[in-house]
Amino acid sequence: MKISLTVNGSPRELDSAPLVRLLDALRGPLGLTGTKEGCGEGECGSCTVLLDGDPVNACLVPIGQCEGREIITVEGLGSALHLSPLQRCFIDEGGAQCGICTPGMLIAAEALLRQRPDPDEPAIREALAGNLCRCTGYQRIVESVRAAAVLRREGAAQ
Amino acid sequence: MAHSSPVENPRPSVGTSVPRLDGAAKVTGVARYVDDLPPRPGELHGATVRSAVPRGLLRGVRLDPAFDWSDVTVVRAEDVPVNNVALIIEDQPILAASHINHVYEPVVLLACADKAKLVRAMRAVTLDIEALPPVFDMEASLAGAQVIAGEDNVQKRYLITKGRADVKVEPDAVHGASSAAIDAALAACDVVVEGRYFAHHQEQLYIEPQGVVAWWDAEGVHATGSIQCPFYVHKAFTKAFELEAGFIHITQAVTGGGFGGKEEYPSIIALHAALLAKKSGLPVRMIYDRKEDIEATTKRHPCICEIKSGCDADGTLRALSTRILMDGGAYVTLSPVVLSRGTLHAAGAYRWDDVRIESIAVATNTPPNGAFRGFGAPQTIWAIERHIDAVARKLGRDPIDLKAQNVLREGDVTSTGQVLRTSVAGVECLEKAAAASDYRAKRARGPQVSGRKARGIGAAVFMHGAGFTGSGERYLKGKVAVDLLAGGRLGIRTASTDIGQGTETVFRQIAADAAGLTIADVDFAVPSTTTCPDSGPTVASRTVMVVGSILENASKQLAARVHAERDKGGGTFAEAADRLIAAEGPITSLLQYTPPAFITWDDVTYKGDAYPCYGWACDIAEVEVDLDTFEVTVLDFWSATDVGKAINPVMCKGQIEGGSLQAIGWAVSEEITWRDGHITNPRMTNYIIPTSLDAPRFQTILVEAPFAFGPGGGAKGIGELPMDGGAPAIAAAIEHAVGVAMASLPLTPERILAAKQAQERHVA
Repeated sequence: MKISLTVNGSPRELDSAPLVRLLDALRGPLGLTGTKEGCGEGECGSCTVLLDGDPVNACLVPIGQCEGREIITVEGLGSALHLSPLQRCFIDEGGAQCGICTPGMLIAAEALLRQRPDPDEPAIREALAGNLCRCTGYQRIVESVRAAAVLRREGAAQ
Repeated sequence: MAHSSPVENPRPSVGTSVPRLDGAAKVTGVARYVDDLPPRPGELHGATVRSAVPRGLLRGVRLDPAFDWSDVTVVRAEDVPVNNVALIIEDQPILAASHINHVYEPVVLLACADKAKLVRAMRAVTLDIEALPPVFDMEASLAGAQVIAGEDNVQKRYLITKGRADVKVEPDAVHGASSAAIDAALAACDVVVEGRYFAHHQEQLYIEPQGVVAWWDAEGVHATGSIQCPFYVHKAFTKAFELEAGFIHITQAVTGGGFGGKEEYPSIIALHAALLAKKSGLPVRMIYDRKEDIEATTKRHPCICEIKSGCDADGTLRALSTRILMDGGAYVTLSPVVLSRGTLHAAGAYRWDDVRIESIAVATNTPPNGAFRGFGAPQTIWAIERHIDAVARKLGRDPIDLKAQNVLREGDVTSTGQVLRTSVAGVECLEKAAAASDYRAKRARGPQVSGRKARGIGAAVFMHGAGFTGSGERYLKGKVAVDLLAGGRLGIRTASTDIGQGTETVFRQIAADAAGLTIADVDFAVPSTTTCPDSGPTVASRTVMVVGSILENASKQLAARVHAERDKGGGTFAEAADRLIAAEGPITSLLQYTPPAFITWDDVTYKGDAYPCYGWACDIAEVEVDLDTFEVTVLDFWSATDVGKAINPVMCKGQIEGGSLQAIGWAVSEEITWRDGHITNPRMTNYIIPTSLDAPRFQTILVEAPFAFGPGGGAKGIGELPMDGGAPAIAAAIEHAVGVAMASLPLTPERILAAKQAQERHVA
């Protein structure tokens, strides 16, 4: 079936069986390999994307449910020359090591900061609890999100 | 920036937390991991049909004649030129030909362009296996009633003796005589304590599953994938395909974590993909899903340690007798080296006069166990730390004071007779962690019970050898190449991979400082066996200390040549470099590692300098135990860790925190469960690693006791050390909180409850 959706702000169309996973549609026909697969059953959160602003596991969403909806992936957060505050802080504070969980982690953090511009540590840990990281021990990820929250608020204030 | 002239004599970069240089690619989703590589023309997907029987004889393979096999490539053992996975001992077939030794033994490989059809094709293969009685238990394997490997199921043995146990008798009498001698030494001690300690399997659970893309062309065979050690794969291909080195091209893709899990296993998946690619004539992509990855790949070795120790009434440790048994799994793989490191760390960070450590690895009909951060040491350190806690209990002392009394100091002699001359920081780490955590005051107050929760605090003190064991580095002769590039830039070529730990960034820091340049003036080539020299594997906490020191020397050497040219002909560093290149053509400094001259090691007697130096640490955990459910929550975790010199403090802390959380997971929640040789929880849903909510607050103190031969002013290994202390520190904290001394991992509610009930029955 034909599906129209918005990906990272751009209208996209694809012809796909409705039960194809959003994850495979993104990584395949849509050419966005920034979204990763770690488990394929909604446990690791590596494939987290925003669906109409809410974080979802793209491995659990059939593309048929995405008609007319808006998807944001890690590629939609910023680019190497225009890093978002979260992206900048994950680099500076050591929030990324091997990097495989990072796209999903950034999206989960983005969803949090859109809802709560000034989250405390428990709120950050709660928001990231669906995203597994095996490298960092999470401490530097929490610090990255905290630093990004400050940057975003400063940016918003200007 | 990339092509501007180098800044000369910039501020040193070593010691500063340069943001990771592959960071931008990773946070924008641009970094290409193996499954992100675009499909090559005609590419097929590969899959593996596995035994499902733990032990047996393969009688036949039937392909369903009703299935359309026309577009499916099938590879069996007879298609493999030399059917051995080259590693230490060649006992492991690439595909089972006759014998089945574990349930995930690969038997048939399939490839097809259509992924859905590939899944159906797997179901159309039937294996005809005559089952034989399996052995799953390592003690049953050692008893040898059922012989499943070699003559006696034994994969490797070691014996370390020191002091009175170091008897001078004929070699074939050493075993018995040393045993009698250590018993005599123990009998003379004021206080003798015995214990038995168990450590369990652990899955590395890197978030990126294993994967490789392989293809053949006029240049030979290519494999690109999620690989820690490209030259291990290269060696395996040389053997299996009987190819000359120049026809094999192994390249690392961006790698999503390894922790040892991608040390030796990638040879197998790469061989499988390359066999399918060879037979089909097309590129083959083989990516494991999570279930297959957990089932088929290596894990941490389960280990039993039986310890009997003796000390004086004042707590001075005197005699140690330890028997170590490790479960190697179905094939030898790296078990001899894992057992070696475990054996060499079994005396802990303590001074003993008389030592006898006997260790054995045996085969079982379970998937081969292999490399995992710490490499045997976390298991034996778990045992000795729990044991010293038991000695303290018997003496009525606080464990940390007994540890402080006996921890190795400069000038002391280890169990292998190594005199610790420099860079010994056990006491400093212990005192710093104790002070930061307020350990002594909290212990003195006793467990804090509030409602149905009890809080306790516990400590572990440990050291971890940096670099390869014994003569390893001497045999290995690790190499690094540094090229002088146009405009006075440097290009690093090394097979040391960045698998997340930050190799690229710290190597560029080391090279930049050595040459007096900035890190922007230093490039880092993608590790490939075709373009990079063999630096040795990315293992054993050796990358920064060993390979980094070669890199430092090579960079200094190149810079010295440019400076000499400038002294002669004037101009800037860039101009002098360009003149040199114009006059001489490509200029490279290719250097090989030379271990410090003081290192002596005897592989036969297991005596001498087991490691060039040690990293030291003290971990302290504060836990809360639910008195109804016995669930353990780790609240705070302090680590004072001696890294020699922190090249990049933020990355260093990242290693310590990440490693510590793996240790915490191993201690409290991670457990592989088995039924008839099958893993019953091969998923992230039921193999439970810590989330952000489970992780404690980490308070990490970097201690720097420089090692004169380490780069950047004395860096030592840091990769594995943080895996060693978490489990015993948490067990000590649980003991403090609820008075239950756990000797077996994992520390799950069921086990703590069972131990408490057993203890109460014992008292009653």
